Amino acid sequence: MGEQVGAEKKQKAEWELRLYVAGQTPNAIAAFANLKRICEEHLAGKYSIEVVDLLENPKLAAGDQIIALPTLVRKLPPPMRQIIGDLSDTERVLVGLDLRPPS
Amino acid sequence: MKLERRVEEGVGSRLPKSPTGIRGLDEITQGGLPAGRSTLVCGNAGCGKTLLSMEFLVHGAREYSEPGVFLGFEETVEDLAANVASLGFDLKGLMAEGKLVVDHVYIERSEIEETGAYDLEGLFVRLGHAIDTIGARRVVLDTLEALFSGLPNPHILRAELRRLFRWLKQRGVTAVITGESGASTLTRYGIEEYVSDCVIVLDHRVAEQVSTRRLHVMKYRGSLHGTNEYPFMIDEHGIVVLPVTSLGLEHEGLEERIPTGVSQLDAMLGGEGYYRGSSVLVSGTAGTGKTSIAAHFADATCRRGERCLYFLFEESSSQFLRNMRSIGLDLKPWSGQGLLRFYAARPTLYGLEGHLATALKEINAFDPSVVIVDPISAFQGSGRPTEVKAMLIRLVDYLKSRGITMLLTNLTSAATAIEHTEVEISSLIDTWLLLREIELSGERNRGLYVIKSRGTAHSNQIREFLLTDNGVQLVEAYVGLEGVLTGSARLAQEAREQAQVLELEQELERSQASLERKRRSLESQLETLRSELAANEAESERLLRQREERHERLAGYRSAMERSRRVDHDVDEETR
Repeated sequence: MGEQVGAEKKQKAEWELRLYVAGQTPNAIAAFANLKRICEEHLAGKYSIEVVDLLENPKLAAGDQIIALPTLVRKLPPPMRQIIGDLSDTERVLVGLDLRPPS
Repeated sequence: MKLERRVEEGVGSRLPKSPTGIRGLDEITQGGLPAGRSTLVCGNAGCGKTLLSMEFLVHGAREYSEPGVFLGFEETVEDLAANVASLGFDLKGLMAEGKLVVDHVYIERSEIEETGAYDLEGLFVRLGHAIDTIGARRVVLDTLEALFSGLPNPHILRAELRRLFRWLKQRGVTAVITGESGASTLTRYGIEEYVSDCVIVLDHRVAEQVSTRRLHVMKYRGSLHGTNEYPFMIDEHGIVVLPVTSLGLEHEGLEERIPTGVSQLDAMLGGEGYYRGSSVLVSGTAGTGKTSIAAHFADATCRRGERCLYFLFEESSSQFLRNMRSIGLDLKPWSGQGLLRFYAARPTLYGLEGHLATALKEINAFDPSVVIVDPISAFQGSGRPTEVKAMLIRLVDYLKSRGITMLLTNLTSAATAIEHTEVEISSLIDTWLLLREIELSGERNRGLYVIKSRGTAHSNQIREFLLTDNGVQLVEAYVGLEGVLTGSARLAQEAREQAQVLELEQELERSQASLERKRRSLESQLETLRSELAANEAESERLLRQREERHERLAGYRSAMERSRRVDHDVDEETR
């Protein structure tokens, strides 16, 4: 599977995030950078990020109902949420992750 | 990517087509959908878009060895499989065999947050993966427009869809994209502008409480196609589109004649009955015996060992069999032997296209040599006259193209002209029998005319039509100075004629007797004369004998005298 990024890999993170991309596209690179920044700001030490490159594992796209790319999936905590786009709109990312009530 | 199957668009070469396997649609499109291109199928909810596209895939996988990918945005795999299972499509089986991939794309707007620039590469990856897994040649995107309601930012979507169609073309797959009809556009989000090769519009209308599905090939770039709206129906085998099967009049005129089942009617039609493969119309007002004529024909057909398919639209088959038994026609054995099949339904059961499709299906399944439709007037309520006529033309054409003889009955209402067929199909008909009532001396009797019979020397006379215990009998109607006489008037006339004949015979007998008497009296006169003659002859003989005796006696006397006188015998004196 994709590379594991985040604080404690060995123990189960409270926030389990999965970022779907297809190759090193500008959107994918931007999304990853934005995600890393937001997580460090708001979820430092409590998160894990798994990056799934669908070009390598195309069959994984169906599992999480991926249509748009990049897509960030919040696996944990439930409920599962999907955030699409390059995550440049930090406010909306925080809303999407339930870290901030929708304005 | 499978380049060997890529579409070659050489100049003058026929556009390669991908057969849908949907009955009728391949005829309209002259071979199917444009291979390697995208086709838009649009219409209202419930018009059959999903089914059409699914059939395209299933037939492709089963009959044309073209595996397919179904990407559904609305229904789950389980729902889809269950929905088409009743049509005999085993989606799970095809999926297990690697001939089909069905993927459900689930998009829930409320669960998706858009946070910046995105693309639909995920969809491309999924589709590409599915295509590569089974080597798919066909792709269906069922209601692609669901993306518009599921994902934000229509500008990105439009750009991505344009890219998607380009990509599909590059992959060389034949794609079907479905879309819901919009208010004034073909599809709600106007995706028709991206799909320019072929557009099929489906429609589901209810007119006069009868629903009719229609299909229309609105656009087919680079190919001829039927441009009409064609009715279609969904039966237990899927979609059937009903094109006018023969656009020209090319059916063969068969020389063979087949008996009508009523020998006197055969005689009226030049002695041999109907032409095989011709269309026969029996029209008349209520209760004139149309069904009986039809039943006789059915009986004659089965008697020859041929199959007859009987469409009943006004009575059930058992009722029909009972009624025909009352005129001495027992058709049940034929039904038991599988030579006679009934199809009884109320005309309002389906729309017109439904009836036609069912009829064609039954005909294909049973392969009869004779088809009887009793009556066609039952369809009047099912559509506008032009539609009914169009349907009947299709039926007649189809049967003619197959060389099947058909007999249609038509109920004429008493209010209209008797030669008027309610559905105006007389021009399609080769042989037209008209049954009519003849009212005379307080009676209603039945008369039968042959209005027309193409290609036969037919009788121009009216025959009285009797329904007897031994079936239909045609009696020569009395035609004389007093006009056409039927029923008891005819019987009275016949009795009068018989009396006249009797009288003549008696007179003849009388004159013969008097002649005999005269002959006898003459003969007796002859007898008297003869006996008189005999008496005369006897008398003359007696006189002769007397004379001889006298001579003898005289001679004896003389000799005695001579002896007594002792004179010599004087010969001279004696002879003097």
